[in-house]
Amino acid sequence: MPNEKNLLRRWLNGQVDWSAMLEQQQTEPPKAAAPYEPHWDAADARRAVRRGQWAYTTLAVASCLLLALFLLLTVANLPPYGSDSAPTVNEVAQRYVEKGTEETGAVNTVAGLILDYRAFDTLGESFVLFTAMCAVTMLMNAPGRRRVRKLDQDIVDYYQDPIIRTVCKMVIPIILLFGIYILLNGHLSPGGGFSGGAIMASALIIYALVWGGERAAKAIPAKTVRIIVLCALGFYACSKTYSFFTGSNHLPSIISTGTPGRILSAGLILPLNVSVGFVVCCTMYSFYMYFRRGDV
Amino acid sequence: MNGMFSHLIENYQACVAVVLFAIGMCMLLFDKNLLKKVIGLDIMDSGTFLLLADRGYITGRSVPIISDGVTDMAHYINPLPAGLVLTGIVVSVSVSALMLGLTIRIYNKYHTLNMDALYLIMSNRRKGGRI
Repeated sequence: MPNEKNLLRRWLNGQVDWSAMLEQQQTEPPKAAAPYEPHWDAADARRAVRRGQWAYTTLAVASCLLLALFLLLTVANLPPYGSDSAPTVNEVAQRYVEKGTEETGAVNTVAGLILDYRAFDTLGESFVLFTAMCAVTMLMNAPGRRRVRKLDQDIVDYYQDPIIRTVCKMVIPIILLFGIYILLNGHLSPGGGFSGGAIMASALIIYALVWGGERAAKAIPAKTVRIIVLCALGFYACSKTYSFFTGSNHLPSIISTGTPGRILSAGLILPLNVSVGFVVCCTMYSFYMYFRRGDV
Repeated sequence: MNGMFSHLIENYQACVAVVLFAIGMCMLLFDKNLLKKVIGLDIMDSGTFLLLADRGYITGRSVPIISDGVTDMAHYINPLPAGLVLTGIVVSVSVSALMLGLTIRIYNKYHTLNMDALYLIMSNRRKGGRI
């Protein structure tokens, strides 16, 4: 095998036939990856592990007991369950309950709390979900010697079963409708973006489970999922920035709170619930698909 | 001591939360399986949520959804812990998903989820051996 310098000199003298070299390189068979063989035996493992085991067990038991003891001591000093004089029932909660409907227009105080007073907190939550989705995407697609295997072959093909197929055909639209109902009624009744989004995601997950990953990936492409998540997050950030800007500068806002109790009321809470619901739905669905087949 | 026990019995929901937290902690520390460690962390999370939800309750009052135009605090429970639990659940779901992804990567690389086997593989590699 000629080294680099030698090769350069021969090429300058016109003695090198590149096409022959290229062909030679191509005909070389690609190196097969070495099959995995564990290079350890059980006895060796036991010896290595037992060395630090005793100290570890003692410390772990002690720390568990200490932790439980301290927590129980704390519980013993908490105010009694359900008391109305606990320090957590202070003027903050009172303000949220007594002025919440008037200021946000939401009948459900918790919805008004998390999507109006503390809306940036909820935006942060949505971004935590989005970041987790990005991290899982990167983990599953990271280049490495052994990429994540694509698990395309389904072990059980539920689609062949007529009972499961028929029942799912009936149940999936109902679950989706129920999720949308929870989503749209978030400011009037218990529920909201997170729970509604999770219910909608469960319908999509049942679809992917029964109809198979391939068909689900064709029906709901990865690009659509990403675009929905990004649009929902962007809408949330922009609309909340607007309302915070107008609120802190005492400017008149074009968003009115409406009549409390109507479905089209509570200003921004309804659209924010919808966008949070879409984020949660797409994130949960893509988590499932990543863990199932390594790709959305 | 007697007063402490009566307090613990009064706050038995919080005691259950502590027990859940301790169970999760024990799973984190003692279980050899990485997947079960993830489950243990989730159990710890649920103990925390139980404590938060329990702290928000006030005896004899209804959910904080304004009905019949009554906006007096004396009729509704504290809405604040509900919002905090929501935040906690979302973060817990994200963390579990991230840890499950890492677990899948580890399994694909080393074909085991046992901590001891992983430890041995790592130490062999540090000594310069093959996997």
